[in-house]
Amino acid sequence: MTANLNIIGLAREVYKGLPTTLCAGCGHNSITNHLIKALFEYGVEPHKLAKMSGIGCSSKTPAYFVEQAHGFNGLHGRMPSAATGAKLANRELLVLGISGDGDTASIGLGQYCHMIRRNVDCTYIVENNGCYGLTKGQFSATADAGSKAKGGKVNEYATIDICGLAIELGATFVARSFSGDGKQLVPLLQAAFSHRGTAILDVISPCVTFNDHEGSTKSYTYVKDHDVVLHTADYIAGGKEINVEYEPGSVRDVELEDGSHVILRKLDVDYDPTDGIGALRAIHESRARGEFVTGLLYVDTRERDLCERERLTRTPLAQLDEEKLRIPRERWDEMLDSGKD
Amino acid sequence: MSARAVNDFTIRVATVNGSGSQSSNLVLTNAIARLGIPVAPKNVFPSNIEGLPTWFDVRVSALGYQCRARDFDVLVALNAATWQQDVAGVKSGGAVVHEESFPCKGDALREDLTYYAVPFTALAKEHFADKGDLRKYLMNMIYVGVVAQVLEIPEATIEESLRTQFRRKPKAVELNMAAVNVGLEYARGHLEKRDPWRLVPMTGKTDGLTFMEGNRASALGCIMGGCTVAAWYPITPSSSLCEYFIQYCERHRIDEDTGEHNFAIVQAEDELAAAGIVFGAGWAGARAMTSTSGPGISLMAEYAGYGYFAEVPGVIFDVQRAGPSTGLPTRTMQGDVSFAYTLSHGDTKHIVLLPATVAEAYEFATEAFDLAERFQTPVFVLSDLDLGMNSWLTPPLRYPEKPFDRGKVLGAEDLASMKAWGRYRDVDKDGIPYRTLPGTKHPNAGFFTRGTGHDEEARYSEMPDVWQRSLDRLVRKHDTARTVVPSPLAEEKKGTKAAIIGYGTTHHAIVEARDFLRDAGIELDYLRVRALPLSPDVATFITRHERVYVVEQNRDGQLYGIMRTELPTHLVGRLESIRHYNGVPIDAHAIIDPLLELERTPAVVAE
Repeated sequence: MTANLNIIGLAREVYKGLPTTLCAGCGHNSITNHLIKALFEYGVEPHKLAKMSGIGCSSKTPAYFVEQAHGFNGLHGRMPSAATGAKLANRELLVLGISGDGDTASIGLGQYCHMIRRNVDCTYIVENNGCYGLTKGQFSATADAGSKAKGGKVNEYATIDICGLAIELGATFVARSFSGDGKQLVPLLQAAFSHRGTAILDVISPCVTFNDHEGSTKSYTYVKDHDVVLHTADYIAGGKEINVEYEPGSVRDVELEDGSHVILRKLDVDYDPTDGIGALRAIHESRARGEFVTGLLYVDTRERDLCERERLTRTPLAQLDEEKLRIPRERWDEMLDSGKD
Repeated sequence: MSARAVNDFTIRVATVNGSGSQSSNLVLTNAIARLGIPVAPKNVFPSNIEGLPTWFDVRVSALGYQCRARDFDVLVALNAATWQQDVAGVKSGGAVVHEESFPCKGDALREDLTYYAVPFTALAKEHFADKGDLRKYLMNMIYVGVVAQVLEIPEATIEESLRTQFRRKPKAVELNMAAVNVGLEYARGHLEKRDPWRLVPMTGKTDGLTFMEGNRASALGCIMGGCTVAAWYPITPSSSLCEYFIQYCERHRIDEDTGEHNFAIVQAEDELAAAGIVFGAGWAGARAMTSTSGPGISLMAEYAGYGYFAEVPGVIFDVQRAGPSTGLPTRTMQGDVSFAYTLSHGDTKHIVLLPATVAEAYEFATEAFDLAERFQTPVFVLSDLDLGMNSWLTPPLRYPEKPFDRGKVLGAEDLASMKAWGRYRDVDKDGIPYRTLPGTKHPNAGFFTRGTGHDEEARYSEMPDVWQRSLDRLVRKHDTARTVVPSPLAEEKKGTKAAIIGYGTTHHAIVEARDFLRDAGIELDYLRVRALPLSPDVATFITRHERVYVVEQNRDGQLYGIMRTELPTHLVGRLESIRHYNGVPIDAHAIIDPLLELERTPAVVAE
């Protein structure tokens, strides 16, 4: 393996896509770059990656990475159902869903909830900027109460907290991060790829054109000033030795389903990501302070994913043939002869 | 009347929903079929769990007519709430078996009927006092005994029928047979046969036939068609289709050694999500379906358009019920034909299959998966409540002879031998492009599936010529489908000037109407449309006739409308629309009456 190739022998170039058509400085472009890094380092096989999205600025981004992979740019707010179908059809796919705050928390809230409930094995990224970019800056349902739009209008309605809701619904992997913090986001993405179940990543991603002004709680300045980083994260692939020295008691080691580890280095407080109630409290308290906590908020590696619950065969359903799927002729005749079923 | 009194009449059983009369009704129906007499049951039930009136019509027809009969001759009245209305509906000369306590006097009493009063409640109390909740079910079995005696069904035949009905619960046979015997005994001891209605065993008409509901047949079609992913939201009258599919999967698709499933079924949060699961699975290469009814396809519209434009296979069963809106959830209609055909915004045209029989409910279900993959598009199978939920006498379903048609799918080896390919190129000039499946290990396999404008290479495009070209290619693909979808079936006699065009369950009423009209001196040819887009055969058939009556079960003449739009203008004037839309299945007179008028024949007296 040369220095420029990843563990499956592919160059970083392979993980790139078409040039972005989003605004210069858009948080989503940073997330795309972090994704390229995460996918490259993780060694995702391009043909096994299914890039799925809904509608909106965020949902355009699957075109901007891993051009070789199949993409599915579906309907507004209805990507989770398509992702569910794709995963059931071929459980070998690494399903990566990219959504936005309008796509997830408004039009797609129902599908978001039910994907989590089913624990569909996928990574689901919300590129969260609190507004509708493509239709010129209307508030979305994740805009904070009291946040100001570009024209000065103040949002009077309660925000929908994507992470809090996910935990409440029984999500098995919930993380929050910031588009500007690749150091934190890249290992969280890799941990999400390894997690077996729905991995929610709510990534605050400022909209430079419509929501980056004074009074907005999703501007670059505001986000940088109010980001409470719970821990730094390191992702260590399965089978690799953990050879970094950690001071005893300073880390939490979460072993994921595939044998990989995410090592959380604690900062100010000792945060336990396996405590759902504690996670909800941290989310609520930080919001009350006008801040937001980032890191791996909650993880549960014991819960079975949809494919396991459905006892799905190992062979992708898409590859099963007549012999596997049709009732054999003898059984058919017997069934119809006896008038039984 | 006397000609009809033997093996050609209708029995109506009037009960209360939730009283467990379904088993009794089926035992009676099955017993009649066991006598070799063709029989067609129709369940007319309320949208209710318990308490509202429900009717079960058993049409006995020596000639084998399977459509609903407009009138009924024998009434079994067990519902006090509808007693007056039920008696008023019996055809003159009919017989009425009724609960003794129902008032049989005064103005309401019809002297042209024969009455058999039976103390059903008292008999059930006397014989089954210790049976608790079972008593109401047993009371219904008592009626079977009474009717068997009145209509002369042998006791042994009832017992055979009962054993079939309870084959999964052999213990129930004895108790239920005891109840039948209570009815038989009572009738033998107390009722003197005073009406002409009788069942006489016959041969040659029901050999090899079994009862099956359309929804069950469709579920079997899904199994044999290789469906592996099903997503659904429960809705009457389609729920049983998915429930049967689940049953068959659990019986035939679980590996006996490992317990692993060769299927995945998701009860979705709504119908749009169900459609999303179907198209997600279809995109990833699985054969997937959802089953629903009108309100469901309203919700699915957006994904249907996506499937059409992004060219993703998927099968949608629409077991139609009476609409618009919530409408009559437990009544039938062919109300979604034009909606399903163009479901979604923009220029959209789908493949729609129109099964008329249980055999077709099965065969078209199987075929739908081939068509969906061959044409890379949503395929609608439009059944209806009448076909889906009623039991029909049907020949055995045929084992499929053909392997799956997976359509134009390029694998890694194909790609290795090609310089380049374009997802939406029309290489074969049939409008059908080539696709690859996610998971195909080749650097060129991937492409970006989108509902936005795209060029032949699946790249985003807003160019006017690219957009128009892609819409035109989709029309080319649709036109290719015209001669591949199930072709229309014609019955023609040389020189006949008038004809009927129909589809779906309307077929059964057309069969009877044509016989009736032929006897009245009016010969009509017949073409049954079995799919959309329309085959070119439809236009040539119309060319051979001066007057063509398009018969369907909706208010607006939906197929008539599609034909007016798509047929050559000079043929449109030959079409006349005949419609039936009161929620109950169409009967022959709904066709005979307007046709007698339209064909301007001097008074032909309908019986």
